[in-house]
Amino acid sequence: MQATQPRFKQRQLWQFHGGIHIPDQKALSASGAVEPMPCPRTLILPLQQHIGAPANPIVKVGDRVLKGQLIAEPRGYVCAPVHASSSGTVIAIDDRPVPHPSGLSAPCVVIETDGEETWAELPEPLADYQSLDPAVLRERIRLCGVVGMGGASFPTSVKLNPGKDRPIHTLVVNGAECEPYITCDDLLMRERSGDVLQGIRILLHLLGARQCLIGIEDNKPEAIASMRLARAESDIKDRVEVVVIPTLYPSGGEKQLIKVLTGREVPSHGIPAQIGIVCQNVGTTAAVADAVLRGKPLIERYVTVTGRAVARPGNLLVRVGTPAADLIAQRGGLRQGQLRKLVCGGPMMGFQIDNQAIPITKGTNCLLALTHGESPDPGPALACIRCGRCADACPASLLPQQLYWYARAKDLDRVQDYNLFDCIECGCCAHVCPSHIPLVQYYRYAKTESWAREQDKKKAEHAKARHTAKVERQERQERERQAKLRAKKEAVKAKPAANSPAEGATAAEVDPKKAAIEAARQRAAAKKAALAEQGLAPKNTEGLSPAQQRQVAAAQARRQAAGLGEPEGEAKSDPPTQALGQPQPAPSRGSEAEAPIPGPEAEIFSKEQA
Amino acid sequence: MTGVVVSSPHSARVNRVDRVMLQVVLALIPGILAMTWFFGWGLLINITLAVTFAVGAEALVMRLRGRSPVAAISDLSAVVTAVLFAIAIPPILPWWLTLIGILFAIVVVKQLYGGLGYNPFNPAMAAYVLLLISYPVAMTTWLPPHMLTDHPLSLLDSLRAIFLSQAPGGSWDAITAATPLGEMRTQLGLNRMIEEIRHSPLWGDFGGRGWEWVGNWFLLGGLYLLWKKIITWHIPVAFITGLLLLAGISWLLDPQTHPFPAFHLFSGGAILGAFFIATDPVTACTTKRGQLVFGAAIGALVFIIRTWGGYPDAVAFAVLLMNIAAPTIDYYTQPRVFGHQRDS
Repeated sequence: MQATQPRFKQRQLWQFHGGIHIPDQKALSASGAVEPMPCPRTLILPLQQHIGAPANPIVKVGDRVLKGQLIAEPRGYVCAPVHASSSGTVIAIDDRPVPHPSGLSAPCVVIETDGEETWAELPEPLADYQSLDPAVLRERIRLCGVVGMGGASFPTSVKLNPGKDRPIHTLVVNGAECEPYITCDDLLMRERSGDVLQGIRILLHLLGARQCLIGIEDNKPEAIASMRLARAESDIKDRVEVVVIPTLYPSGGEKQLIKVLTGREVPSHGIPAQIGIVCQNVGTTAAVADAVLRGKPLIERYVTVTGRAVARPGNLLVRVGTPAADLIAQRGGLRQGQLRKLVCGGPMMGFQIDNQAIPITKGTNCLLALTHGESPDPGPALACIRCGRCADACPASLLPQQLYWYARAKDLDRVQDYNLFDCIECGCCAHVCPSHIPLVQYYRYAKTESWAREQDKKKAEHAKARHTAKVERQERQERERQAKLRAKKEAVKAKPAANSPAEGATAAEVDPKKAAIEAARQRAAAKKAALAEQGLAPKNTEGLSPAQQRQVAAAQARRQAAGLGEPEGEAKSDPPTQALGQPQPAPSRGSEAEAPIPGPEAEIFSKEQA
Repeated sequence: MTGVVVSSPHSARVNRVDRVMLQVVLALIPGILAMTWFFGWGLLINITLAVTFAVGAEALVMRLRGRSPVAAISDLSAVVTAVLFAIAIPPILPWWLTLIGILFAIVVVKQLYGGLGYNPFNPAMAAYVLLLISYPVAMTTWLPPHMLTDHPLSLLDSLRAIFLSQAPGGSWDAITAATPLGEMRTQLGLNRMIEEIRHSPLWGDFGGRGWEWVGNWFLLGGLYLLWKKIITWHIPVAFITGLLLLAGISWLLDPQTHPFPAFHLFSGGAILGAFFIATDPVTACTTKRGQLVFGAAIGALVFIIRTWGGYPDAVAFAVLLMNIAAPTIDYYTQPRVFGHQRDS
């Protein structure tokens, strides 16, 4: 067999900037086979175990469900269905604590198992997938609820549909498992290498990709050997390569792994498909094989239970929905008084959980029970001494120190100038910071704030658009009303005009009111002309009482004081204006100068009356 | 189990500010011992004084600011500042000048700007420059290395000189000497040729006698810092390259009026400056490309000021000048972020 295996020519590897070497702690849990976990009494199945919209439950409380039965269907494109991971009865559909950094609860379907493990009828295996259209395979993968199992839980069917304009040449399979402590992918590659290869075969067909690179860190020799063996035995060995990469956290990050294997960088804010690459975790690949070749939905996964606070660290094959406490109990429980914190995920990117009732989801790869020695309290953060170790460690070549500076100052614009959103939250910067500043926390905060602001901006724009539309609508309605009114008037006018031929005198006879108005207007015009001849401007205040006149003069004085100029150019020639103007307080608020201020006006009025 | 939930990472942190500072102090020990060997007890007395003053000043200001003095003192940054300052000043400087310098460094340059991490200027160098400008005579009165003097100062002599300003034997002239950089400057100012100047017994193989070997010991400490990854190579290498490049060019142009490059490197504060002062993270550039610019510019400025400026040594001035420029350099030397197009 060795003879048939072609000599590997040493593939050129690339490096990403930064990264850190950390004790991998994998020996704790890497020995021994994966232990199948017995079925728990209750299964808690969150409706949202993936990125995207929560699935829609299609069972009711009291329903009997079978293993592998669909219990929640996808809602929308970026969504994944949920299946019962054992047979039993639905006892509740309500909010339960779920594995989420917030520690909040979310809707779950709770099943009391019957221990019979009765399987539902599964979809037909698609053994002949080579002849099937990629869309059919994608639909199968979608219906089986497959999501990314490396942690992010993005629906796999979506990731496998990059679109026609993005031809895929390379499938990258991520077996790097760069986080310390975690060994579930290691064990999966050792025990299910055949399934991984079958999954790769399906994905290569589905994507139309030329080649597949399996990246594995060099601290997993057994997994490497197992995968190489499976590759050699497979019929696609010419297109698949097992690439051993140096152990350096975070080389298992999607963008970092692609860089190491291909030398290419996924564009900022972009996805790998833009450079013709799709990346899948080894566990996802095996789940794809299950879905396509066996019709088996994603209802169980490998989970590492480790940390020095656990009595027997190791790996378990766990039904999705099993409470965390059951896993810990299965591995001998916690050591008395040793636990400092329980973490879901790895020590670098995982999140602390306070409730052991939370269930294992499709994306949970590790339960980590850390002792005080393993995760000591970093103590209060000191001032940043600008040493730049964070920048040296950052795998995205960011300047974490500047990001921290601006995040702390809540300067969201500058934070984005320094490319906050290229941060993958790997934790390298915080790990090396001598001042023990919780840098990642600051970045998460700044990201959340930026999103919130973006949301607010959108809301404001929406409100503005609505307001503009409203104003336009009102104007339009007003115009229409006016037009109608005009039309009506025209019609009214046209009627009498039609009755008698157009002649001024006769029109006046017809409408005495109009004639009276017209006469009054003519009188006013004549008076105005006469006054103009005498050099006097017309005044509409002449007929008022002296008290009223003084009041008017006072109002004009205030206007003048507010710098509004004189109305109709007559205040200058009005002596009482000056005299009465003095005691009047000028409007204190400039912006309100135009509006009449009721207070003083009313006061004057009452004084006058007294 | 309930308590403050802390964001990832949950790993044990690998660095600590006080350990970084302690390593710097440890790395200074060879140089301090060498200087003590050549110039007597004065340096050790000054270090003791400066550290005491600095810790006291730090504690006082922290108390005034309503913060924990213990936390500030235990980060050891004040100690590093004090030791660097003590190394830079003459070994028989009167104690009250040390006090003024340290108060200025800790209270004004460091704490008034916000304390550790916020000071734009290197506190030790700012204090050194303050004293150099205000008390030029005292600040340039150095002792000769022990092999060049008949009266090496005893511990008691040094104490009396520092605390009582009493010269042993009653005369300062008998026991003090200019630094090699000062001497070279004076002689060149008299239009003498390098060859003539170097005939004097003051000179060793490539620098002032005694002096030329102090730099080596600081270099040893600097290499220790590099090995311990407390500093990176960028600033020291750029500094030394900048200095040697300019010194080398001018020496090649005219070897009779320009001392050869190694003289620049191993006289005065060049090595100390390259490894211990310019690398002060708070006041230096933080981007790698920026650090190269920053270091090279300091090296070049050191040569320029030594050659054409008003003072014999220039490390402090050069460092302070570049401290001002550091934020701007950082701004223009940001690294290309992963996944972004290379700038044209």
